[in-house]
Amino acid sequence: MRYHVVRNVYAYLLLLPAFVFLVGFTHYPAMATLLDSFMSTPRAGRAASFVGMQNYQDMLADPIFWKSAINNLWFALATIPVSIALSIGMALWVNDKIAGRSFLRMAYFLPTVLPMIAVANIWIFFYTPGYGLINQVLQALGFSSQNWLGDPGLVLGSVIVVAIWKEAGFFMIFYLAALQALSPSYKEAAQIEGASAWYFFRRIQWPLLMPTTVFVLVNALINAFRMVDHIIVMTKGGPDNASSLILFYLYEIGFKFWDQGYASVLTVVLLLILAVVGLLQFFILDRRTHYQ
Amino acid sequence: MSSALTSMNSANPVTSASHMSHTRLARGISVLGAWLLALMWITPLLYAIWAAFHPSEFATKLVLNAPVTFANFVSAWEAAPFASYFLNTTILVTGILCMQLVLCTLAAYAFARYEFLGKNILFSLVLIQLMVMPEILIVRNYQTLTQLGLVDTLFGIGLPYFASAFAIFLLRQTFKTIPAELVEAAVMEGASQMQILRHVYIPLAKPVYLAFALVSVSYHWNNFLWPLVVSNSVGSRPLTVGLQVFSSTDQGIDWSIITAATLLTSAPLLIGFLIFQKQFVQSFMRAGIK
Repeated sequence: MRYHVVRNVYAYLLLLPAFVFLVGFTHYPAMATLLDSFMSTPRAGRAASFVGMQNYQDMLADPIFWKSAINNLWFALATIPVSIALSIGMALWVNDKIAGRSFLRMAYFLPTVLPMIAVANIWIFFYTPGYGLINQVLQALGFSSQNWLGDPGLVLGSVIVVAIWKEAGFFMIFYLAALQALSPSYKEAAQIEGASAWYFFRRIQWPLLMPTTVFVLVNALINAFRMVDHIIVMTKGGPDNASSLILFYLYEIGFKFWDQGYASVLTVVLLLILAVVGLLQFFILDRRTHYQ
Repeated sequence: MSSALTSMNSANPVTSASHMSHTRLARGISVLGAWLLALMWITPLLYAIWAAFHPSEFATKLVLNAPVTFANFVSAWEAAPFASYFLNTTILVTGILCMQLVLCTLAAYAFARYEFLGKNILFSLVLIQLMVMPEILIVRNYQTLTQLGLVDTLFGIGLPYFASAFAIFLLRQTFKTIPAELVEAAVMEGASQMQILRHVYIPLAKPVYLAFALVSVSYHWNNFLWPLVVSNSVGSRPLTVGLQVFSSTDQGIDWSIITAATLLTSAPLLIGFLIFQKQFVQSFMRAGIK
């Protein structure tokens, strides 16, 4: 009995240093943010006071919040399926005996190791009106030049392309790992039976890759609400908030306007979204283990 | 499944021959697609290399005999304190990694080896950080740093990342696969708990440590939002924030210098990646498989 107590204490001591930081920078701030969201922003000479749902009501009445939330929804709806589809394609190619396989793998994975803020600078040039690379190509083909980052109708699509470019190669790795773990006998059987590549993918590889897809999906969902580096560098949410995302708006409210109460509400919104993603993962993973 | 496959095989010889040429065509299109996509994927880097190594009048046009120059790198290096930024990022990345390795090894050891009250609850609390990264909580974490007096310090930038749920999770998984006989043998020889960790667990988890190190270094080398918020002087600015300050202040849109600075910032990771490509990809793979 005494031995058990000692081992308990020993385990807690091992955990203590990590938990100081985990609690200090994840659990405590999450709880504190929830409380702050019901408080006014402290200003010079005026301490924060309880304002009930006022910050929440302000948010619901704020058109920029809605704009950012809807943008973020489109951002997620576009980046997630496209980058997952591309990453599966990449993984299938690189897993195959294709000419220049290691070059292809390098090319696909490269954006993952480059800093987003650095590559965003290059993308700004690609999108530059008139002499930017994309417009030069368009003009050479007889189309008119577009102001990709300056046109409210085009800007969100333009930053979505950058996000897909950045993360598809990262997701490819997980599919590649899963493909390499599949037994080669599936492939041999399909070849002997003369199954087409598409048939083999649809009926055998895709179902077997399902756990990976769930894993990648969860990561892609988190990323969709976390990726803002390129927004800060390329568009600053503009023009006219057409490329503002929730976390970007939170950054503006928190560190441009220093409105702590409102920023806390926006943080709570992000936490709620992540909680939903977490529950989703929990239930899908739960179902998966049932039919395995 | 096998019945579906055999039904595919019942085609007569004629359609089978056209089927052959059909699949060869499909294969050709597939290879072409793979290469086109790869070219699209590296175009930004190729362009950056082109613009950075040529005089600025060639930044927007491709002339094959354009003179090669290093002047853009020199101008970029002199225009901003990149040496300090490099030093800051290096200190930050190694500091975070060292703290992560120590703290997360201890925590993972506790989760893998001991039974204690509240173990599952505590582990769930760890996993929450996989979802809620510190950058989501920037506003409140910034207040914490203000209270600690650590705003605008490298230590403050690193602090929220010292405990990594990802590392704890990864190491716990690895530690759990270590055979009990090895641990028992060490116990029989009278090894202390810490000696068992040092001489049995850690050596056997070496590939996982390498995998985590590569993931952590590339993550924190590229991290931007939190350092942007916390740092506001040359003394604490990492490369990413320095590059942003540099390219957003009036450079008169000199693309050549901006791309040179961009390449400088990415160079260590890029070179490291090209040399250790296999390890990089394998590390990310290892880190992704649970």
